[in-house]
Amino acid sequence: MSILINNKTKLLVQGITGKQGSFHTRLMVEYGTNIVGGTTPGKGGQWVDTDSVKLPVFDTVREAVEATAPNCSIILVPAAYAPDAIYEATDAGIPLIVCTTEHIPVQDMIKVRAYLDQKGTRLVGPNCPGILTPDQCKVGFIPGHSAMPGNVGIVSRSGTLTYEVMYALTLQGIGQSTCVGIGGDPINGTSFIDVLTLFEEDPGTEKIVMIGEIGGTDEEKAARYIAEHVTKPVVSFIAGQSAPPGKRMGHAGAIVEGGVGTAEEKVAALEAVGVKVARQPEDIPGLLANS
Amino acid sequence: MKLHEYQSKFRFAEYGIPIPRGKVASTPEEAHAIALEIGGPVVIKAQVLVGGRGKAGGVKLAKTADEAEQHARQILGMDIKGLTVKKVLIDPASEIKDEIYLGLTTDRAARRIVMMASAAGGVDIEEVAAKTPEKIIKVHIEPLLGLRDYQARDIANGIGLSRKNWQQFISIAKALYRCYVANDASLAEINPLIVDGNGELLAVDGKMVIDDSALFRHEDLVNMRDLSEETPAETEAREIGLAYIKLDGDIGCMVNGAGLAMTTMDIIKLYGGEPANFLDTAGGADADKVAEAFHIILSDPDVKAVLVNIFGGITRCDEVAKGILDAMSEVEVTVPIVIRLVGTNEQEGKRLLADANLETATTLAEAAQKAVRAADTATHN
Repeated sequence: MSILINNKTKLLVQGITGKQGSFHTRLMVEYGTNIVGGTTPGKGGQWVDTDSVKLPVFDTVREAVEATAPNCSIILVPAAYAPDAIYEATDAGIPLIVCTTEHIPVQDMIKVRAYLDQKGTRLVGPNCPGILTPDQCKVGFIPGHSAMPGNVGIVSRSGTLTYEVMYALTLQGIGQSTCVGIGGDPINGTSFIDVLTLFEEDPGTEKIVMIGEIGGTDEEKAARYIAEHVTKPVVSFIAGQSAPPGKRMGHAGAIVEGGVGTAEEKVAALEAVGVKVARQPEDIPGLLANS
Repeated sequence: MKLHEYQSKFRFAEYGIPIPRGKVASTPEEAHAIALEIGGPVVIKAQVLVGGRGKAGGVKLAKTADEAEQHARQILGMDIKGLTVKKVLIDPASEIKDEIYLGLTTDRAARRIVMMASAAGGVDIEEVAAKTPEKIIKVHIEPLLGLRDYQARDIANGIGLSRKNWQQFISIAKALYRCYVANDASLAEINPLIVDGNGELLAVDGKMVIDDSALFRHEDLVNMRDLSEETPAETEAREIGLAYIKLDGDIGCMVNGAGLAMTTMDIIKLYGGEPANFLDTAGGADADKVAEAFHIILSDPDVKAVLVNIFGGITRCDEVAKGILDAMSEVEVTVPIVIRLVGTNEQEGKRLLADANLETATTLAEAAQKAVRAADTATHN
């Protein structure tokens, strides 16, 4: 079992003919993801050939939905066009949208999130590596070779750090149910709590790894939620213990502002509710084994 | 990106916020001319992108133009927390009857822009927030509605502002919101917003921070960037699309991905070392970008060892290896380098580096320990 995506996922790629779009379309197809088509305004009627499959390109998401009935969309377009792509997928009725795009202006995301909340559409990201359900479906960049199927759910604000943790688990023979990158932006579509809820409900997930980082208070909120609603063991890691205050550490959301968002507070909040917090990613498999 | 006080206030004025009719000077002579033109007492204010300039002697009152010139001579070139003062703002001095704080920022948890105000103006708002949070009035703004009159009136009422100033306050609050939205700000503050000798509201100090991600649609703001806010290496890195932050330690770090870069720093510390920098090569870094990143790290004289940690996903390990070899062929590398490559095209990458006489590691913990040892050895030799 898994959450969000599986072998029944029918994926639409928004921006399929772009450099990023065509590159990752090929990798996702190679992994076994069922891509039904893509969009690029002005290139409708063309085909994208990935060696194994030929994928139709549409001008608009509405046309693509009518012709191919996707139940998930991935957005691989630059920041200036990404908000529009999210609105377009939402209005075309796609229930799950994954946006990998980094550097979307914060004020755009405030509006996007307010609109999505009205429509009830789920957005994962932006500024995220996507979702991977090992051996079933990959939506985004998460490298499949680091993963193996199993019963540990991973949720993370990071990209490569997630791969690192997943790889550490795989090396120890600990497989994963689904790995979800929620993204490193200050305002995103899906929170830790949203994913913890899904993992708690998923019969295929027995244990959960939550990878946080400095900035904001989402980890503290997650800790309170875990205390009340999560019965499955949770192991965590928080990046940025050594980050100086007031500096944005790569991710737009990774900043300690006015003393809020420090790694110490997050670790303390999680440990206070019984979550084991690893000092380094390599310690996570051991902590999971003892949970 | 931070804006200077004068840049922020002049922008506020474009949206109808009343500000003192001051001007900016780069020389004491200009300061004299401006003070003469204003007539009467003036304030000379250092324009630097750090707080606490008043305590550092960067704000002075002058009764005459001659006195203004003397103060400007003293302040220009002054060092405030490591930043050199290059410009001063000459404002007419205002009689202050009351000081208010008024600001806008993003409330991450609420996912809304929030307007904050306090009757305790003129002091650091973070201090007020920490000591007496009840003195701060907050109003969240619906993105589809904008700031409504009643919300601004609620704030005026909440901070105990005299009723005769309410109408002016509402117009200032709404102007600040328009300015914040139109310029993609992440912070806009008037601190203090004063009630002056005539009983009118006036924005005597201002601050704006612009969302870096939105600069692509604000060419006018891009040109206002003061490069002294960052080190030359940070500027170079930003221009080629790398996230680089100089730190105090001696182990240079090159990592792909922000979370992994932070983790690499954390683990260096865990094993007793100190990172010299944060550097994220970002997704899909090619050989050229890696070579430039390597240059930036090696140009830091404090660096005694370098740790390269790459987890290939979009980034290919062979491209990283090529970039490192390119950089090493151009500059003489005198510090030990520890490299860990995992993921996409790992074997090709390792093959390329096999002859380069570099220390390699399999796990992050092993890489960090080797880098810490190498830096220690370099320090003691």
